[in-house]
Amino acid sequence: MDVSSAFGAAFSLIVSLDPQFMQIVGLSLRVTLTAVLLAALIGLPLGALLAVTRFPGRSAIVVLVNGLMGLPPVVAGLIVFLLLSRSGPLGGLGWLFSPTAMVIAQTLLVLPIVIALTRGTIDDLWSEYREHLTSLGLTGWRAIPTLLWDGRFALATGLLAGFGRASAEVGAVLIVGGNIAGYTRTMTTSIALETSKGDLPLALGLGLVLIFLTLAINAAAYGASRIGARFAG
Amino acid sequence: MAMRETPSILPLSVQGLSFEADGKRLLDNVSFTLPKGGVTSIIGPNGAGKSLTLRLCHGLLAPCEGAVRWQAETGRRHAMVFQRPVMLRRSVRANILHTLGAVGMPDAQSRADRALERFGLAGLADRPARRMSGGEQQRLAIARAWALEPEVLFLDEPSSQLDPGATRQIEDVIAALAAEGMTILMTTHDLGQARRLSRRILFLNRGRLVEDSPTETFFAAPASSEARAFIAGDLLW
Repeated sequence: MDVSSAFGAAFSLIVSLDPQFMQIVGLSLRVTLTAVLLAALIGLPLGALLAVTRFPGRSAIVVLVNGLMGLPPVVAGLIVFLLLSRSGPLGGLGWLFSPTAMVIAQTLLVLPIVIALTRGTIDDLWSEYREHLTSLGLTGWRAIPTLLWDGRFALATGLLAGFGRASAEVGAVLIVGGNIAGYTRTMTTSIALETSKGDLPLALGLGLVLIFLTLAINAAAYGASRIGARFAG
Repeated sequence: MAMRETPSILPLSVQGLSFEADGKRLLDNVSFTLPKGGVTSIIGPNGAGKSLTLRLCHGLLAPCEGAVRWQAETGRRHAMVFQRPVMLRRSVRANILHTLGAVGMPDAQSRADRALERFGLAGLADRPARRMSGGEQQRLAIARAWALEPEVLFLDEPSSQLDPGATRQIEDVIAALAAEGMTILMTTHDLGQARRLSRRILFLNRGRLVEDSPTETFFAAPASSEARAFIAGDLLW
């Protein structure tokens, strides 16, 4: 099959909302969005706490978190695999090769990004707000709700960066999900598989959707920062 | 403002206050008493310790030596407005509501409405606070503090960032608050402002309290050569 007819077939897959195709896109979005949500719930307060507190070892944690932003997805996958494999500490849960395992692996990938970007944003805000909030008795963790809310536009950009990383990676979900058709097959694992099998239309169609998603995320990030600039000044 | 049944936190007694940072003594054995009512201005050259004194009194910093003693310890009945007012990234009204919520004031909505009305901010209530002019921001900062019904208000250089028109507005606000019975301790580098607003002057130089006298006495007959030089220098500018 030549490339131009592959493009045509890819478009018809998208336009016809092919069930198999939609199932793959749907699972990818569900896994990635759940992972970003979990990373946000854990990472936003933790990142803010790192910004407003001072304790021995804090610098080491900051360096560690920054370093983990570059954690290779296959390594994250391997760690979760070892945790969830039958002989691993969480093997009894039976989560390996399931969407749950994929969510855990992607959360692990997104979490350092959310923590690091949150810490940076909240650090700046805290140095600006510190005296006012201290004057109102809002110190330590009690300052965090105010800081998270006032940093909401910058923090949204950080979450979108995390979403970008999770939706684009293939290594972690491949290792812990197993790329099982109709169950744990995502856009990225399908592209890898279908390309090697020679089914270019499906791979291309999924590739186009991924590119579109990436563009949409960047547009959203840009929009968030613009709205933030206009509203928050 | 409604009178409260709770006992007054005044007079404030500042005893032997000293503060050091990086081995440098920034405030050295400062003592004074702040009775109820009126405006007191802390003046002095840059680095004299004016803002530092306010921060120590407000409890933002802990002194190395000495003590800040309130007559009664009944919660935070004093509020502070900073030289560069901190504007939260929210609307004007939300800025006031945040302050009220932080200290758990009841009837926050109606209190906020009264503060907006009182300081001429009702028309700006839904504007993002950070998009306002410097004068409007300073008025919001004072409104926010006023909404807490403090007995004592600390003002750090309330008009140093403002143009003459906005400065006069803020001075009117300060005079009105004092007339309503609020006790105000402020720093200023504007001797005209200190003379216009305050009944008492605390003159600091290099971390020491050099003079503590009624405003008229201070400007007509400063007791120290330092104060004389400071006033003369200021006039030369």
